[in-house]
Amino acid sequence: MMKSKLFWPIIVLVLILLINLFFDKSFFSIEVRNGHLAGSLIDILNRGAPLILISIGMTLVIATKGIDLGVGSVIAMAGAVGAMTVSGASGDSLVPLFMAIAFVIGISLLTGVWNGVLVSHIGVQPIVATLILMVAGRGVAQLITDGQIMTVYYDPYTFIGGGYLFMIPFSIFIVAAVLAIASFLTRKTAIGLFIESVGANPEASRLSGINSKNILLMVYMFSGLCAGIAGLILSSNVASADGNNAGLWYELDAILAVVIGGTSLNGGRFYLMGTVIGALIIQSLTTTIYSIGIAPEINLVVKAVVVLIVCLLQSPEFRKKLTNYFPARKTAKKSEGVTL
Amino acid sequence: MQQKHTPMLVMEGITKEFPGVKALSNVHLNLYPGEVHALMGENGAGKSTLIKVLTGVYTIDEGTVTLEGKNIKVSNPLDAQDLGISTVYQEVNLCTNLSVVENIFIGREIMKRGRINWKEMNRQAKDLLKTRLNLDIDVTKLLSSYSVAIQQMIAIARALNVSAKVLILDEPTSSLDKNEVNHLFNVIRKLKSEGLAIVFVSHFLDQIYEITDRLTVLRNGQWIGEYMTKEITRFDLVTKMIGKELTELGQKAKSIGEAKGMNNNLFLQGKNVSKQGNIDAFDLSIYEGEIVGLAGLLGSGRTELARLLFGADKADTGEIFIQGKKTKLSSPKQAISKGIAFCSENRKTEGIIPDLTIRENMILAIQGIQGWFNYIPKKKQIEIADEYVKLLNINPPNPEQLIKNLSGGNQQKVMLARWLITNPKLLILDEPTRGIDIGAKAEIQKLMLSLSEEGMSILFVSSELEEVIRTCRKIAVLRDHKKVSEIENNQHVTQKDIMKAMAGGMV
Repeated sequence: MMKSKLFWPIIVLVLILLINLFFDKSFFSIEVRNGHLAGSLIDILNRGAPLILISIGMTLVIATKGIDLGVGSVIAMAGAVGAMTVSGASGDSLVPLFMAIAFVIGISLLTGVWNGVLVSHIGVQPIVATLILMVAGRGVAQLITDGQIMTVYYDPYTFIGGGYLFMIPFSIFIVAAVLAIASFLTRKTAIGLFIESVGANPEASRLSGINSKNILLMVYMFSGLCAGIAGLILSSNVASADGNNAGLWYELDAILAVVIGGTSLNGGRFYLMGTVIGALIIQSLTTTIYSIGIAPEINLVVKAVVVLIVCLLQSPEFRKKLTNYFPARKTAKKSEGVTL
Repeated sequence: MQQKHTPMLVMEGITKEFPGVKALSNVHLNLYPGEVHALMGENGAGKSTLIKVLTGVYTIDEGTVTLEGKNIKVSNPLDAQDLGISTVYQEVNLCTNLSVVENIFIGREIMKRGRINWKEMNRQAKDLLKTRLNLDIDVTKLLSSYSVAIQQMIAIARALNVSAKVLILDEPTSSLDKNEVNHLFNVIRKLKSEGLAIVFVSHFLDQIYEITDRLTVLRNGQWIGEYMTKEITRFDLVTKMIGKELTELGQKAKSIGEAKGMNNNLFLQGKNVSKQGNIDAFDLSIYEGEIVGLAGLLGSGRTELARLLFGADKADTGEIFIQGKKTKLSSPKQAISKGIAFCSENRKTEGIIPDLTIRENMILAIQGIQGWFNYIPKKKQIEIADEYVKLLNINPPNPEQLIKNLSGGNQQKVMLARWLITNPKLLILDEPTRGIDIGAKAEIQKLMLSLSEEGMSILFVSSELEEVIRTCRKIAVLRDHKKVSEIENNQHVTQKDIMKAMAGGMV
């Protein structure tokens, strides 16, 4: 059990939730309010949905020894494009909702193609290639929204990120579906094996007849898709699009979530469930910090400390040092006793 | 031995053991001032281990090192430098984005009142290059603006700067052209006349005979002997490096070249295939069920040839026909789809996926053929893996073990399994028996023979002539990146014949 990559992240997540219970006795209670489920846990899942989504995409990219810095900007872009296509003058949409969604998904896939082609066919380093989109994507979003917050008056649009299905927030269903698809593709087809082999040893993979270019293109497209959906959820949730701030710094949270979940930045083995737990840790931290009333200016520092602890616990080298340190101290005490 | 003066550096009874391998056992090395001493041996002979022991990268298990009569202990590379033992590695390990002068003085800059004294450093660098290496260049320019040959000189200058007594040159000529080699040799002669002891490692026999005075031969971590270069013939030298003294060359095994499965259908035919800098144009034909050997010293172009036939590198010229049809092999994927498999000699960088299990490593190539969605069910994967674990005697016999936890020999077997599972028509084996114990070697040879009986063609690259003679019907011999001869293996062919072709020149 201790050996599982999920062990320490789960422990930390449970600890964070228990701390909440200490401050708020009703933290774990879930009640029916206005016809749907409400409670802190539901809240964490609901608010964490966009982060979980882009972290799932990021996991596959990192498994190929890449990184996608563009996801935050794609969120902004997707939101802006979504809002633009459904913003009629008086609560009507310019196009049917499904077409707006299809349009957003198409555009986010395109951003993935852009990143993927730069990385796989042109050989630009992932951090540089995706940095381009990180800058350009937000620029496009700002152009679309004209640097303002663009409000959506078309009600059906708000269902994606704010609606409920069977009393549960709809965004949770979206996350579950994407997670199921990702798990299926990586565990029930050969894609997962190829991602891991390309990430761990690209040359050996090439000599084994694996087309690493297609694999790379695929993971960046998937990451773009996840970011696009996350952007829809975020903009739909607040019925507006904010080109300046939507999705800001999300890429960094996603990378953290992946690392906390046990996937190495060196590529190779990846852990989708670990990533989900990592994203939940980050989200519950944020929620906790607000709910127990820590001053918002300490927020980031606390977050950094917790993340540091999880990363240290995940590091085999640190754990070895820790276990070496304790017996060493015991023997030191013993020898002290002898001299006394 | 013939020099009257005393040796500058003596290594005696050096033994170095790694887990499971004795890399050096009771090895000696005597270096005299003013000599160029070649360290000879095939891959895995222990040359680089000996150099690393001398330069403090590894520590010695047993044995002594004396420098100018004093017993020394080198425990890290810095120690070695302080003692005057410097190394220039094969890959120039300088910073190409820094200037020449920065490269020479990096880590020991000349300071003046807490700041770097550029003027003095420039002057000293220029002086050093000019007086000792006959090199008059602008030392303030970036290193990258000079050719590899000059960079090599600068690496030597950097090594010399630490008041060197012993200079080790590890494959210094492998990326130089003829003129550059000549310039390097002039420098070496000059340094030699200044009383430096120079260790020279190279696999170019011509160069060994041109520049070195004396040589030490290692084989499988054993000390074979020390010889004056003038007094040992090329043939004797190659014999000593490969093993098998002439007198030991017994009769060949009987099974050779009968190749029951071989028929008269050509599987692969290469015409005039070449790649500049890798291998000169060659012709090669491989029949169905035939085992063809590729013999040659390390660096003779064996691997390069094999890689062209697998599409791992793209050929510049020539045509390849597979079963009579002209075929373009521009990627491994294409070659694999034509039924070619290539088991690389560089297991670590080109073979294993370290973080994956034995099972996943085994099915990688066959899954590559099947594509993304035609996933082999896990149950089937386990069956396949179990079968090959048993067939090849892989230890530990647990397909879910991570491959990085296996010994080299067992990793090699997993690589072999990866390709056997694809049921290839032509299996290219590049040094498949290196680092494997004798028992496993015999197993692999037996396996090759039985595969060929079933009609599989095999291209077998090996440094061990005995293996080649025992298994192959036809042996192509390479020397200095060129196919120099092709020997039909019959009862009369001996290791001596092949060695003659490998050594070339006067015998």
